[in-house]
Amino acid sequence: MKKLLFALLLAPLFAWANGPELHLDKAPDKSGDMAALQNGAKYFVNYCLGCHSASYMRYNRLKDIGLSEEQIKDNLLFTAEKTGELIRIGMQREDAKVWFGAAPPDLTLIARSRASEFGTGPDWLYTYLRGFYRDAERPSGWNNTVFANVGMPHVLWELQGEQVMGENHELTLAKPGKLKPEEYDAAVADLVAFLKYMGEPVSELRKTLGWIVLAALAALFVLTYALKREYWKDVH
Amino acid sequence: MASTAEKYKSDGSLAGNALEWVDARFPAMALYKEHLSEYYAPKNFNFWYFFGSLALLVLVNQIVTGIFLVMHYKPDAALNASGVPVAFASVEYIMRDVPLGWIIRYMHSTGASAFFVVVYLHMFRGMLYGSYRKPRELIWLFGIGIFLCLMAEAFFGYLLPWGQMSFWGAQVIVNLFSAIPIVGPDLSVFIRGDFVVSDATLNRFFSFHVIAIPLVLLGLVAAHLIALHEVGSNNPDGVEIKKHKNEKGIPLDGIPFHPYYTVKDMVGVVVFLMVFTVVICFMPEFGGYFLEWNNFIPADPLKTPPHIAPVWYFTPFYSLLRAVTYPFLGIDAKFWGVVAMGGGVVIMAFLPWLDRSAAKSIRYRGKIYKTMLAIWVVGFMLLGFLGTKPPSYAFFGVIPGAPVAQILSVYYFLYFITMPWWSKADKCKPEPERVTG
Repeated sequence: MKKLLFALLLAPLFAWANGPELHLDKAPDKSGDMAALQNGAKYFVNYCLGCHSASYMRYNRLKDIGLSEEQIKDNLLFTAEKTGELIRIGMQREDAKVWFGAAPPDLTLIARSRASEFGTGPDWLYTYLRGFYRDAERPSGWNNTVFANVGMPHVLWELQGEQVMGENHELTLAKPGKLKPEEYDAAVADLVAFLKYMGEPVSELRKTLGWIVLAALAALFVLTYALKREYWKDVH
Repeated sequence: MASTAEKYKSDGSLAGNALEWVDARFPAMALYKEHLSEYYAPKNFNFWYFFGSLALLVLVNQIVTGIFLVMHYKPDAALNASGVPVAFASVEYIMRDVPLGWIIRYMHSTGASAFFVVVYLHMFRGMLYGSYRKPRELIWLFGIGIFLCLMAEAFFGYLLPWGQMSFWGAQVIVNLFSAIPIVGPDLSVFIRGDFVVSDATLNRFFSFHVIAIPLVLLGLVAAHLIALHEVGSNNPDGVEIKKHKNEKGIPLDGIPFHPYYTVKDMVGVVVFLMVFTVVICFMPEFGGYFLEWNNFIPADPLKTPPHIAPVWYFTPFYSLLRAVTYPFLGIDAKFWGVVAMGGGVVIMAFLPWLDRSAAKSIRYRGKIYKTMLAIWVVGFMLLGFLGTKPPSYAFFGVIPGAPVAQILSVYYFLYFITMPWWSKADKCKPEPERVTG
């Protein structure tokens, strides 16, 4: 009886697979890698920030990834005057809706909101940014394996080149871009790492802090447990 | 006992004088004795007895972190210069620009889930050891009141971040009221303050979340504790320790709550804080269960998410709601779903009068009760699991979840309704005179 109940209790754990499967490639973990994050910031400012804002984030927060106030001012400040400003864009949402069919979403939290039972947000982004292919039927001329009929054209096409969808649903590179395929993957990984950082700038700090707090609590546990034993000696 | 407590006599020190002065005007020592140093609790509390004090700890956590969140949060659904609702942006402002804001926010969001974890375990303790039985019926009723307040508090609070799940979750739940015959549609407009969930809804939910419900909650918690200290705590053996007292009137199996249980609960608090820290620092979203992924997208009234699921602690009751799929007496099935959901909580209040078993504690109850309770617990968890999934969900892709949820829902209610008979028929072992180890 007990075993049966236990098995029933655990059944849901093995029953995850359901509905259409979405295969996502694992994004390389580059959190804490300052060079990668700075490279990702560069791609973000050059390729994404034209249409996507990151409006919960301030430029000077990028000191987190090893940039100085001066570096931020000289290299990243295209749409703002001061480093204390939020990362906003000039494009109006109403206009964007007309141009793309939907306003490009703010990207500050994209790495958190794209998480699903199929993978983390970074996995989704890593697969998405490498999943564009030529599709003559789409107004933009592009389609995507992860986000079908997406409104966004392939902004990074000059880096990746042009992929086409084969009969067997495999993507092949029809026209090479500026970067070799493995260089492109690495560039996307950096960009995704930056997006992940932006989603939660404190994510590295909180892990470090977590170990310190746990160590302190472990010490406190020893003390409180000893105190409890001392008091309870005379309870029989 | 307050009446027999002596007034405090100063030892001549400054602190002693101050205490004597206060005690002559306010029953400070009497209250301290009645509720801590001379409140005699059974000496055989086990693991399950940590969760009451932990619930109190989480309550304090929610209030303190809540106070700081309110300093920076703005209940405003209007769009800011970036085209984002002010409320949503203010939560991210707390996460990024407010010093230590992220810790406060995660403590509050994790605390909400932790509250339900400890309260569910606390309630289950009551079911294990028959803590709701005479003379503790009122403690149980106050407890059910606390549980209802907690659900309301969580529901109102969940709208405040103004994300997609906040918005659509509130929309779904408020729409349920429109299924009530005759008054329903007007009632749901009255609750929202608008025809859709809007700024008006956000503001009133904020008011309820930070003022109205916490006030009621604190009052009920006080009543819960006063009633408990009036009749005394139950224990894992389910026997009354007050039956055997020494010449001073102190229960032989009782020990003063302070210092014995204060030092013991401190150990429990530290262990709880370790788990709490692991969640906050290493998995604050808890796989999308504590902070839903969709809620990192600002509320968009024009874009319904494909799957709207309530947060995990509501899902058992949400499953009861979804289990009702046919209209009855010419009234919409949705209405009966609401009745089932509400009834699922309310029926627990009747437990003290439904349970006719000879023994209180599961230790001395028979096979029938153990089996019925075990199935009920597994069923409750499965209902909770199914509530997080769309209705089309199937176990292993083959066993459809919807009929399973319906069978479990029927069992959920039958468990309570038929309890008077099977609990009476159950063959119990004799209860001991005194508590066992």
